[in-house]
Amino acid sequence: MMKAADLDAIRAIITRAKRWDLIFSVLGILSLMLGILTFVVLFIDMAIQGVPRLSYDFFTSFPSRRAENAGILSAWVGTILVMLVTALSAVPLGVAAGVYLEEYAPKNWMTDIIEINISNLAGIPSIVYGLLALGLFVYYFGFGQSILTAGLTLALLILPVIIVATREAIRAIPQSIHEGSYACGATTWQTVSDHILPYSSAGILTGVIIGMARAIGETAPIITIGALTFIAFLPTPPFAGDPPAGMFDWIFAPFTVMPIQMFNWTSRPEAAFTLNAAAAGFVLVFMTLAMNGLAIYLRYQLRKNIKW
Amino acid sequence: MVNPMQIPSTGLAAGVEGAVLKADVRDLDFYYGAFHALKRVSMPIHDHMVTALIGPSGCGKSTLLRCFNRMHDLYPGNKYAGGGIVFYPDNTNLLAPDVDPIEVRMRISMVFQKPNPFPKSIYENVAYSLRVRGMRNKNELDDRVESALKGAALWNEVSNRLKELGANLSGGQQQRLCIARALASDPEIILFDEPTSALDPIATASIEELIIELKEKVTILIVTHNMQQAARISDYTAYMYLGEMVEFGVTDQIFIKPQKKATEDYITGRFG
Ligand SMILES: Nc1ncnc2c1ncn2[C@@H]1O[C@H](COP(=O)(O)OP(=O)(O)OP(=O)(O)O)[C@@H](O)[C@H]1O
Ligand SMILES: [Mg+2]
Repeated sequence: MMKAADLDAIRAIITRAKRWDLIFSVLGILSLMLGILTFVVLFIDMAIQGVPRLSYDFFTSFPSRRAENAGILSAWVGTILVMLVTALSAVPLGVAAGVYLEEYAPKNWMTDIIEINISNLAGIPSIVYGLLALGLFVYYFGFGQSILTAGLTLALLILPVIIVATREAIRAIPQSIHEGSYACGATTWQTVSDHILPYSSAGILTGVIIGMARAIGETAPIITIGALTFIAFLPTPPFAGDPPAGMFDWIFAPFTVMPIQMFNWTSRPEAAFTLNAAAAGFVLVFMTLAMNGLAIYLRYQLRKNIKW
Repeated sequence: MVNPMQIPSTGLAAGVEGAVLKADVRDLDFYYGAFHALKRVSMPIHDHMVTALIGPSGCGKSTLLRCFNRMHDLYPGNKYAGGGIVFYPDNTNLLAPDVDPIEVRMRISMVFQKPNPFPKSIYENVAYSLRVRGMRNKNELDDRVESALKGAALWNEVSNRLKELGANLSGGQQQRLCIARALASDPEIILFDEPTSALDPIATASIEELIIELKEKVTILIVTHNMQQAARISDYTAYMYLGEMVEFGVTDQIFIKPQKKATEDYITGRFG
């Protein structure tokens, strides 16, 4: 039987120990607030400046010397086309590389070195990718300062993110499911296509979106490869024009993208252009959020039927 | 790896009347990296019989079982170092390097310790072992899935919910689903690694009953921690200790009159 005095002592100890819980929660909330509030304040400031500029014309006009006539048509079309090229090239490459490393590659010092370097690649400053792309895509392959070059450059940039996300998503699949497939007599490819890819697709998608969200705002490598800052035409759509354009002619078109348009406007002395930049920034943040929203929805849909 | 004809027979094939050899483990050595997990293990597997592997935790029961379907080939560093498993009637060594592990797994299926249904429908879980064999015909698949589910005593419970997720079933049902999956492809041997250790007594009883029924169709090798279970369902029992085969014999003899003192100590609970 415990004596009352002992009980009091224990309670005192618990109270003292719990004080740290309190202190930590307060610190935690403060750190959280600092991060969130800073973003909210910046975003609201941008919205206050930019939102009044948003109009139908803003989306359908080319850049102009006069701020009130300028729009982001070439920029948002450019961003979407570049992102399309980026996604179409980075996703298959990244997923294939991740699957290969997890399921096929022999485990030896070679693959160890490759593994370490993939993580290192993710940390290389993006302008270095720009320089690489300038030499490789623009000059060596002769793709020019085109949507294709920009898309491939950003694809290289986010490839490590997609590879790492793919590998992590695959590792999250329980070993027992993996073994269950092989025990049924499946080959590695059957295991990959019937189990590994379907069950890891939600995780891979998250990685793809994180990568794309990074790529959509990248400015330095795009400037390095020589994107135009003032562009008053759109790439010719497939089969349009005279003579008709080919299916993929647009990928060789010159282009600009949202962050470059913003950068261009912020470097103008007139205040009206700063407002344009804020409006474009608002649209860019909205595009990123929309992508994330889509990712959350798709992830929910994909995970719904996956339960171990 | 040695040619099966050159691996001397264990001479342990006798026992229950009318027993025919299905497989013969001969002087098998196995390593996890540098760790010698199976040491010159020999034992016969009789056709259409239940053979139980018993022994204390870590003695190598799962290791031996997983040699039969070449599961060890999935991980680097695992080595079959000598001897082999001769498979009858074709008299091939399952562990020979020129034998494709996939071919082995198509003939010998496995039920794991923890039920591991795929996150697919009940139907697709069972159909999977048929699909990897290239079966595409819908009617044929339907028939085979139904008969496998019947064989696993699950059909009555799931016949009207075949499209539901396998993971929505109870633990015992999930394990029977995994048995149906293992059964669907008409294997020659089914390996069970402690199939009831994650189940309650009622689900355990139904799985035990099922295993006894299954030996009409297939040869069974089962690892169990539960000695009563081995006594109830098996025809032969092998007792392993520290990677060695201590004693193999007809289950009744092993439990009533073991030849070795070590086996007796383990069975009577004086050790283990
Ligand atoms: N992947 C592995 N790598 C290295 N050693 C292993 C590995 N798997 C098992 N072992 C070792 O091999 C020995 C036999 O393991 P095994 O899993 O076959 O035992 P078991 O008889 O099935 O035990 P349990 O009844 O606990 O399941 C043990 O000493 C274990 O630590
Ligand atoms: Mg085991």
